[in-house]
Amino acid sequence: MFASVGVLPIDAILGVTVFWLVLGLGGMALQKTSLITRIIFPLGAVGSLILAAAALGGLSEIDTAVLPLGLPDLPFHLRLDALSAFFLLLLGATSIGISLFSAGYFRRMAAQELGLLCLEYHIFLASMTLVFLADDAYMFMVAWEAMALSSYFLVTTDHDQPEVRRAGFLYLLIAHVGAIAILMGFGVMQGGHGDYTFDTMRHGHLSTFWASITFFLALFGFGAKAGILPMHAWLPEAHPAAPSPVSALMSGIMLKTAIYGILRVSFDLLGTQIWWWGVIALALGLVTALFGVIFAAVQVDMKRLLAYSSIENIGIILVGIGLTIIFHTSDKAALAALALTASLYHSINHAFMKGLLFLGTGSILHATGERHLGKLGGLIHKMPNLAWIMLVGTLALAGLPPLNGFVSEWLMLQAFLLSPGLPQAYINMLVPIAAAALVLVAALAGFMMVKFYGVIFLGQPRDARIGVVHDAGLWERIGMLCMVVGCIALGIFPTFVILHLDFVTEILVHDSLGKSAVQSGWSMLTPIAAERASYSPLILLFIIVTGVVLTMLVVKKFYHGRLRRGATWDCGYPEQSARMQDTAEGFGQPIRQIFEWFMGVVRKMPTPFDLHPHYHAEVHDRLWDLFYVPIKRANEMIGQQIGKLQHGRIHIYLLYSFITLLALLAFVE
Amino acid sequence: MNASALLLQLMQNVLVLLAAPLLLGWINQCRAWLQNRSGAGVLQPYRNLIKLFHKDAVLAFGASPLFRITPYILLACMWLAAALVPVLATDLPLSPAVDVIALVGIFALARVFISLAAMDIGTAFGSLGARREMLVGFLAEPALLMVLFTASTISQSTSLITIVETLAHKQFVLYPSMTFAAVAFVMVLLAENARIPVDNPSTHLELTMIHEAMILEYSARHLALVEWAGALKLLAYMAIGIALFIPYGIAEAGNWNALPLAIVLLTLKLLLAGAGLAFIETISAKMRIFRVPEFMGTAFLLAVLGLLTHFLLET
Repeated sequence: MFASVGVLPIDAILGVTVFWLVLGLGGMALQKTSLITRIIFPLGAVGSLILAAAALGGLSEIDTAVLPLGLPDLPFHLRLDALSAFFLLLLGATSIGISLFSAGYFRRMAAQELGLLCLEYHIFLASMTLVFLADDAYMFMVAWEAMALSSYFLVTTDHDQPEVRRAGFLYLLIAHVGAIAILMGFGVMQGGHGDYTFDTMRHGHLSTFWASITFFLALFGFGAKAGILPMHAWLPEAHPAAPSPVSALMSGIMLKTAIYGILRVSFDLLGTQIWWWGVIALALGLVTALFGVIFAAVQVDMKRLLAYSSIENIGIILVGIGLTIIFHTSDKAALAALALTASLYHSINHAFMKGLLFLGTGSILHATGERHLGKLGGLIHKMPNLAWIMLVGTLALAGLPPLNGFVSEWLMLQAFLLSPGLPQAYINMLVPIAAAALVLVAALAGFMMVKFYGVIFLGQPRDARIGVVHDAGLWERIGMLCMVVGCIALGIFPTFVILHLDFVTEILVHDSLGKSAVQSGWSMLTPIAAERASYSPLILLFIIVTGVVLTMLVVKKFYHGRLRRGATWDCGYPEQSARMQDTAEGFGQPIRQIFEWFMGVVRKMPTPFDLHPHYHAEVHDRLWDLFYVPIKRANEMIGQQIGKLQHGRIHIYLLYSFITLLALLAFVE
Repeated sequence: MNASALLLQLMQNVLVLLAAPLLLGWINQCRAWLQNRSGAGVLQPYRNLIKLFHKDAVLAFGASPLFRITPYILLACMWLAAALVPVLATDLPLSPAVDVIALVGIFALARVFISLAAMDIGTAFGSLGARREMLVGFLAEPALLMVLFTASTISQSTSLITIVETLAHKQFVLYPSMTFAAVAFVMVLLAENARIPVDNPSTHLELTMIHEAMILEYSARHLALVEWAGALKLLAYMAIGIALFIPYGIAEAGNWNALPLAIVLLTLKLLLAGAGLAFIETISAKMRIFRVPEFMGTAFLLAVLGLLTHFLLET
């Protein structure tokens, strides 16, 4: 499509990047809320659409470009290959809906604030695009930092609240700890040549030791951005603090830049892989996923709940990457392609479904002004449109057929099941048990989503003050519908998606699923062979819909159809109040009880003599005490020790310089 | 896909739908006999359904459309599950659309819908039931999948048809792994179908109820559909159990002559399984809700043990 008009996909993508920057500056200059929301954001969505189309065209080719920007003699190298194109497609396709939603969401914001936000928003989009395109470490780090800073400013939009400032600081801190690790990783990979282009790194040969060091630096550095344990602490703080479309961008897309980074470094830049990297990534992914979902299930703030769920999903993606590495190093290319496909598929699925849910929480927040699950309830009556839209996201995130979340989980489980035959006997036995842990995660995700949807939309309002609310506006609904379409299409037509993912798996693990995935026709997904496993969401959906319609018709035909409304039965208890429903805490109680050893629970119980008994339970992340606090203490201690060197007297400093000089001289000798 | 296979599929669809309440009736009758009662006869579930379909539906004031559509979705899901398990013949044209993992997904879909419907009115019992149902669900699902994984590592496939064909063709051997898996499967079946010792299908007004607490607000046609879906779910689980552990006697593809024998054998297997279920329910007592994690943990461990036995002894 782009070739026919003589434009290379990479040029189109760069064009969109520039277009976004211009839009951002334009938004700054416009200074009028209605213009920014009605013109700039929809135009940004058009840019996203072009980006998605260009990325789709770029999947099958490799384009490079050199931009004469940056420092002298250090131009920016750009490269568009299938891996970049896939993530750009993810970025473009999901940001359409988010930008359209923003057009409605920010309509009440003050013009000056909105202008700034509009600039940051579009810089954020543009820098993520450049992260995916970068082909040298310098360019990559510049784009990476631009992304971190613009998202920091977006997170601290409501900076008049102290907890927002605190969340922003935590985010910035962890982002930079990660960035240092990434930078060191690049430093190791360039191998002393002084040439930081990815092309040199691709052709460099690292010893096993240094390759492992690089892999773990990358896993740690990118993990800090993705929220992989133990660097997850910023996620549940920053996501609730940010405005909802920003949360959607961060959770849906920005976390995937880290996945992109891990894949780029471990499969492309590092020429070699070692099987136990995969085992560690797999184990880390499983722990992260379990941690995320268990904590998500006990949250009472709807955006924190979704943030923990993002940790869970990143964990699932990491499990797939670990499995890919294990298969890839054991020369099982077809299985590696299967596991990698599952991982990539889950990445794009998560972008759509989590984006949708975060946008939905934005509408709820605007309508009710309440983030606390314990005060919401019964919104399906007041916001019916939103309720049905969110039902799709809820079912998708719970990993239920025939929506998209199920497809990637199904592929992942298939990869696990086909693992027997690995050279390491112990791994052979442990892999199915890892699969069981993954199923536990998926099942807990179902629990968490029932809580999320049930407490917000069903039942009666838990707080009488939430009375008059309005449904989501038109722009908001259009934005969310884009995401709904994505969730449904990705769920119903997996074979088309896999045919496109093949370009990526082909360059990373040199095999693809496409030829076997569609052998029984496009409606039937058969990853390895038809007699081994098959799944057809379309037929499934068809049968369920037929079943529902048939039953309805038969019941309508033979049933008298009399129906009357009456009071709630509830086993005959006459007094019903909204306070008798399950609260968010109550719904999470079984999880608290079963997984108490996993999290720190602080309880305050009333004594038997309390006249006004009050029960209070709080869930704590134990990693704070086990990981962050010791590091903070060590930091302070070292700081104090170093502080002893500083006396503020000039002659002491001169003495230090003199000793250093002597030491250096001795060293040179 | 040929015409005879399609006919077979249609036949199984109609058969499971109509026969599901009969299985429930048989189980209840067996329970009555074991407990020295005379029982209401095997046709009682049909009478219940007819009675419910004649009543006027009463809908609570706070009910949303989600509440009204759920019984239909529930019935469709369970019907699908029961109709696609190859128990009569291995020649079901629609069965490849759903493998064992997708089957578990469909059960999960139905569970999420009934739990949401239970929370819809906003009663104390409803959300309590929903929470407990999801608890049992997330405990049972890993155990169930481990059972299915054991069967699928033996046959190198997650497709139900291939699993059944592989196991039915082999000489009858007592696989140690499948024995462990079978015990685990029975435990999962009890939990998922709200039977004693996890839940009691025949009581109301008990603070320990799970399934019944969720469907308290349903009446008339909605309740009938939910009950029917419950019967179909039980049948589907029994069908999966038969397909995995005793598939012998199933009709091969295109072999219509073997079908009468297959029907007789299947009926016998179901009668035995139903009697067995009634026996288990009679000799055991309902456990506290927080003993359920231990119960399901045992099932999970047994299934894992089965899988490990397969790797250690059978490869």
